[in-house]
Amino acid sequence: MENGLLAAILFATVVAGTPLVVAALGELVAERAGVLNLGVEGMMAVGAVAGFAAAHTWGSAPAGVGAGLLAGAGMSAIFAFLALTLTANQVAAGLALSIFGVGLSAFVGKAWESESLAAVPATRIPLLADLPLLGPALFSHQWLVYVSWLLIAAVAWFLSRSRAGLVLRAVGESPASAHAIGHPVLRIRWLATLFGGAMAGVAGAFLSVFHTPLWAEGMVAGKGWIALALVVFATWRPLRAAFGAYLFGGVMVAQLFLQGSGLQIEIPSQFLSALPYLATVIVLVAISRNRQKIRLNSPVSLGQPWRPDA
Amino acid sequence: MQAERARRRPWQPRIEARPAPSPAWRWLSPLVAALLTVAGVAAVFLALGKDPLEGLSVFFLNPLRDGYAIAELLLKATPLALIAAGLAVGFRANVWNIGAEGQFVVGAIAATGLALAAHDSGAAWLLPAMFVAGALGGAAWAAIPALLKTRFNASEILVSLMLVYVAQLGASWLVHGPWQDPAGFNFPQTVMFEEAALLPLLLEGTRLNLAFPVAIGALIAAWVFMQRSFAGFQMQVAGQAEAAARYAGFPVARAVWIGMLAGGAAAGLAGMAEVAGPMGQLTEHVSNQYGFAAIIVAFVGRLHPAGIGLASLLMALLYIGGEQAQQYLNLPSSISKVFQGMLLFFLLGADVFVQYRLRLRAPRLAG
Repeated sequence: MENGLLAAILFATVVAGTPLVVAALGELVAERAGVLNLGVEGMMAVGAVAGFAAAHTWGSAPAGVGAGLLAGAGMSAIFAFLALTLTANQVAAGLALSIFGVGLSAFVGKAWESESLAAVPATRIPLLADLPLLGPALFSHQWLVYVSWLLIAAVAWFLSRSRAGLVLRAVGESPASAHAIGHPVLRIRWLATLFGGAMAGVAGAFLSVFHTPLWAEGMVAGKGWIALALVVFATWRPLRAAFGAYLFGGVMVAQLFLQGSGLQIEIPSQFLSALPYLATVIVLVAISRNRQKIRLNSPVSLGQPWRPDA
Repeated sequence: MQAERARRRPWQPRIEARPAPSPAWRWLSPLVAALLTVAGVAAVFLALGKDPLEGLSVFFLNPLRDGYAIAELLLKATPLALIAAGLAVGFRANVWNIGAEGQFVVGAIAATGLALAAHDSGAAWLLPAMFVAGALGGAAWAAIPALLKTRFNASEILVSLMLVYVAQLGASWLVHGPWQDPAGFNFPQTVMFEEAALLPLLLEGTRLNLAFPVAIGALIAAWVFMQRSFAGFQMQVAGQAEAAARYAGFPVARAVWIGMLAGGAAAGLAGMAEVAGPMGQLTEHVSNQYGFAAIIVAFVGRLHPAGIGLASLLMALLYIGGEQAQQYLNLPSSISKVFQGMLLFFLLGADVFVQYRLRLRAPRLAG
């Protein structure tokens, strides 16, 4: 394969993996605190609309990212209030959030449906961008991509090396013990949930402001659910989540390249479009069949409501 | 710290665990949720700068204004009640089939396949065969997550959801490709079904069809299964305490299979009823999100068939209200999804009173 094409494929893989890794890291932190929020798809959709609307209104991509972040966090606050404060069933509350968010984004987004944004230019990293192959593939991205790399490092460091991360994991493993030694379990879970929502919102804004600078109903198209599957795939570890996200980015790109390659293959585009979803199923099966591994790695209190006086 | 806070805000409301769940609140909370949703609809219209009374009447009165409108309401409620009845069987056992949307589409595809294969035959067996094909198609699609759950422990939530997208893409391929109506000006749709492949109408002058009594039958069947059968009892135990169910020797894997297949078959039937009913053909957007809305119906109906019947009417009201809002108020019809989500939020919020009660606590003595 010629170098230019390979670099283009790698470049597109990183772009396609970026919203997945951002959303998956947010959900991973929430799940490590014991909170299963199935609303990622809805939070991403609302983040995408809010991000697009803000970026369009103020002509600024950072404003779009900020709006996506706040919108995602706001959405997750609804979930946190229901599931954490009022101890509602987390599965039901998360589903409600997804259904609501997808509907809300369609409703609000109607006004922005025919608009588009100026593309956010790529930021070449000096020196590194001149490397053969890796330069154009990795170091000529829009700035939010680099931010997502910092995020991966920050979350990995936070969970494994920082004291606060240790406390957060303790809350996910055993809220009762964490409470007994004086940690504010509910507050920590609230913060973890808000962080998860904020990241889902940023992931949505990446889609609508950076990746394809427009809003279209249904543009999230299951990426929030794939991010949830990635957390399982990653057995709740940030670096593995990043690896998985780029793997999926690769699958998405492969189908796009096949569709656009003019290789004269008689495969209907719908079959290729189904590949990422089928890949998700296959990966879930491959990882889940090792029950031991799932049980050892998943936070013990995942999905269980907890109240201090209960 | 507790006492400190009490001193500052002496009558701070607190929620306290009840000694036992309140049966009254179990029934009251859907009602409270419905009322809060009505209030929410009014508030949203106010925020949008529209007359809230007009908004309320468009959403809640227009769909009830005459016999034809009521028949349309029942028509809309039919797939919701049908799917939710099937889903509730699984939800009771903590089997989370979230992919009813995809099972609906596959049921519609299976029934359409038969209708197209036997086109112009006028055969009397066609319609009954389409019922069977729809149910089997939906059940087969639901069998995939059931198999992957029981054999490989893969989350049925995520697998059934991924298959929604696969099913939709499959339908899209069919109506753009092999099944496209050659005389359809390239629209992504099949030919209109012949008379023998259409559900008979119940009332002249309306679109209400045979699927309505089928949905009622499904609600009754779900009630009999859940309340009167041993297998239904086992499933509830499996849902409430998996460890206890295992200990008692109740087959947990069977609960997964029954739950998934019931939901899939019901969704597939609903899909069949849509193509053989109001649509009369298969198109790309056959499902109209009924599969997701039915999840809300199942919860708001308390996973109980009678409740599901009522909840499906309420959700149908919101669906039609959305269409009316588009027509009369110039709002996107997706506003109904916002209200549907709101309804579930309010229900989950109100449910706190089943397990907890609100106490206005008198200040504790400092100590």
